[in-house]
Amino acid sequence: MRMELIQPFINAADAVLCESLQSPTKIADVTMDDEAYRRKGVAAMIHIVGDIEGRVIFDLDTATAVKIAGFFSGGPVEATDDLVKDTVCELANQVIGNAITTLNDQGMHFRVSPPVLHTAETGGKSSEDTEALVMCFDTPNGRVYMNISVRYHRRRRTEKVVTA
Amino acid sequence: MSQFPVLLRSTDRQPVRYLIVDDSVFARKNLAKMIESFGGKVAGEAGDGCTAITEYDRVQPDIVLMDITMPQMEGIEAAERIIRQHPQARIIMVSSVGYQENIVASLQKGARHFIQKPVKAEHLYDILKYVLGEDAVTAAAPPA
Repeated sequence: MRMELIQPFINAADAVLCESLQSPTKIADVTMDDEAYRRKGVAAMIHIVGDIEGRVIFDLDTATAVKIAGFFSGGPVEATDDLVKDTVCELANQVIGNAITTLNDQGMHFRVSPPVLHTAETGGKSSEDTEALVMCFDTPNGRVYMNISVRYHRRRRTEKVVTA
Repeated sequence: MSQFPVLLRSTDRQPVRYLIVDDSVFARKNLAKMIESFGGKVAGEAGDGCTAITEYDRVQPDIVLMDITMPQMEGIEAAERIIRQHPQARIIMVSSVGYQENIVASLQKGARHFIQKPVKAEHLYDILKYVLGEDAVTAAAPPA
């Protein structure tokens, strides 16, 4: 996987989590994953189509999602509360929005779908071409996971080879 | 959240009234908390562009904070329709996607400013002061 595609997502997640939670975060772990995606808790998925294609899953274990939703609502929140799901979707939206702003400024054009809740326990298995990078962020409210599987669109990859 | 000098309407020294438009409850709560820390009042909320138009007519806010990507009607179209009916409307676009096309399209439709999410309270405060101009005055924040 190309690091120039991944770095904007890492920077955006770090910035959004720091700013939203008003406290520092750190990357606890980074792994490559070619196994089927296994959901940790409350997860939102965003699809990317264009010069870059793929998907990003933003995943919080349930206790962390509840704590963060409670932090923003100013009171206790139940795990079943819609606000918990909405919080995860909006955080995903902000991370991906900031990342694609950076990639767009670098001349790449694509569309993203609004975040949707990823409710399946597992996702599709990655291939050599679509292996996923899994990042784990430590926050004061618990762990936040981001699973990124993106690549250049075939046409753009061909253009890059031709112009190289 | 840090305390800011309270922003009041210069005409009657009443709190500035806001309409918050975002399909995310989380995002609306977050903006509402900031507005309250500026001494403002949330006069209305909407989760899509269509509701934003009817809510604008109903509450006649001083400021609209408008998300861009929303179901039914997106924020840029809603802003355009509100401004067509109310040329004096002060609309600030708020979006996580801050690339040039979005900013230019928003300003061309009559939005007064653009702010990228995640919104920083001090940044939003400065933009509100700029957009309100002489229609707002600041007063000392009440003791916590």
